[in-house]
Amino acid sequence: MTAWFQSTWLGAGFGWFLATLILILLIALPLMLAVAMVIYADRKIWAAMALRRGPNVVGPLGLLQSFADGLKVFLKETIIPSGANRGLFIIAPILTFTMALVGWAVVPFGPNMVLANINVGLLYLLAISSMGVYGVIIAGWASNSKYPFYSALRAAAQMVSYEVSVGFVLIPVILWADSFNLSRIIEAQRGHVFGFLNGFGFNPLLFPMSVIFLISAMAETARAPFDLTEAESELVAGYQTEYSSMSFALFWLGEYGNVLLMCGMTSVLFWGGWLPPVDWWPLYYVPGILWLFAKIGFFFFVFSWVKATVPRYRYDQLMRLGWKIFLPFSLIWVVLVSGYLEIVRYGALS
Amino acid sequence: MIQAFAFYLFATIVVASGVMTIGSRNPVHSVLWLILAFFNAAGLFLILGAEFIAMLLVIVYVGAVAVLFLFVVMMLDVDFAELRAGFARYWPFASLLAILLLSELGLTVGAWTVGALQPVRAAPTANGMSNIQALGEVLYTRYLYVFEGAGLILLVAMIGAIVLTHRERSDVRPQRVFRQVSRRPGDAVVNMHPGVGEGIEL
Repeated sequence: MTAWFQSTWLGAGFGWFLATLILILLIALPLMLAVAMVIYADRKIWAAMALRRGPNVVGPLGLLQSFADGLKVFLKETIIPSGANRGLFIIAPILTFTMALVGWAVVPFGPNMVLANINVGLLYLLAISSMGVYGVIIAGWASNSKYPFYSALRAAAQMVSYEVSVGFVLIPVILWADSFNLSRIIEAQRGHVFGFLNGFGFNPLLFPMSVIFLISAMAETARAPFDLTEAESELVAGYQTEYSSMSFALFWLGEYGNVLLMCGMTSVLFWGGWLPPVDWWPLYYVPGILWLFAKIGFFFFVFSWVKATVPRYRYDQLMRLGWKIFLPFSLIWVVLVSGYLEIVRYGALS
Repeated sequence: MIQAFAFYLFATIVVASGVMTIGSRNPVHSVLWLILAFFNAAGLFLILGAEFIAMLLVIVYVGAVAVLFLFVVMMLDVDFAELRAGFARYWPFASLLAILLLSELGLTVGAWTVGALQPVRAAPTANGMSNIQALGEVLYTRYLYVFEGAGLILLVAMIGAIVLTHRERSDVRPQRVFRQVSRRPGDAVVNMHPGVGEGIEL
């Protein structure tokens, strides 16, 4: 598509620009719709596990609930507290929302279906997820109110802690795939175990890493049971306390966008991305993008499931889990996997 | 064309946010401007073709170092009058530093314009070789000892920081998760069947 645009009168530069702009919209707009539906799905799953009905009034089966909510927050007044730092107060939700969207630029939706097929795709995702914390910190500070501020401090410590173990979890994957490029990481998973199971997660050496990654992803996106930043029994609504209307909605959408991105990362890094789970030819007739969506949907279900069943961690327990369990474990695993690869793949002993 | 546009965009924002870092009254704003500068410097690195350094800049500086900066600065009780009070005392030294830096900058630009420096490609890698690979091949062969030395220094610094701040507190009873988890009902509850009127001995 980019090549076609470049061949028209627009020329190489602006053709590329226009094509990329259209592709960005092609990713971002369905993503917004997906986020709306995923909020609905989350509420339905949560309700079902609590033996409730969940949203069931607006539209058939309550399917339009998210849109009704969206309309509601859109029509409300944005209140900016008089003591707040105006500019930063408004920038914070925008930043959160933007960071949730830009990560999708490097996610491959199918063979050659990727907006930016860059060599450092994985590092880009890490960079984006580490930027996500700023929305929360800025919101907490700019609100000029004590509960949001506590929440911001918690968020900063929590996200920095779990980023460390996420980094170490990714190293075995990178070593095995021999690349930082997400498309190549997916290709490396084709027939990875016994020649027919697609996905690093099926590998007993990498499966523990996939579990740690999923848990760290929950902590990174501040989802239950790690939602210390918005623990309502301690901090009212955390950093969102002073927010109303669209500025609140942007936090909300950003949070779910981040959750979807983390689900996407889990599927791409450990469970084969757009590859079918088993390397069997009839399965390849199903378009790769559907496999990816199915995997993302499954991991989103796991996120909701955990949210509905696991009680919230205490703050010191959260830190203990990150620094004293995940970090040493993933560090040992890096040594283990690199040793294994050095001996088996590169023949260090022979 | 678009590259030139991107370059001027990033460069302008880097310079402007650098100025704002010094200029803004509120230290938190300063840190945020600094973060913006880091971010756009990463963009400049991308244009140079050094994508690995660009990403590391964002991950390490924006994602970790600046968060801690912000963490500390947010805790400060900012008193502007007090901040300005020391100005008269410090300005001679500060201006000396500023003049030094300015002359260094001038020297660099001068050396560049007279052609003393050979302009080389900013990120010289062999064709088809990615940044990371090229960096790794140099880092783990020729500069291995330097690299390991740097790692060792960081390790010592980390241990030093832990030793300095760690204190053993005797008045708290921390949660021992392993003991809690490995505790079984049999450890706490005993089923007794006393006969009528006998009672039990504890």
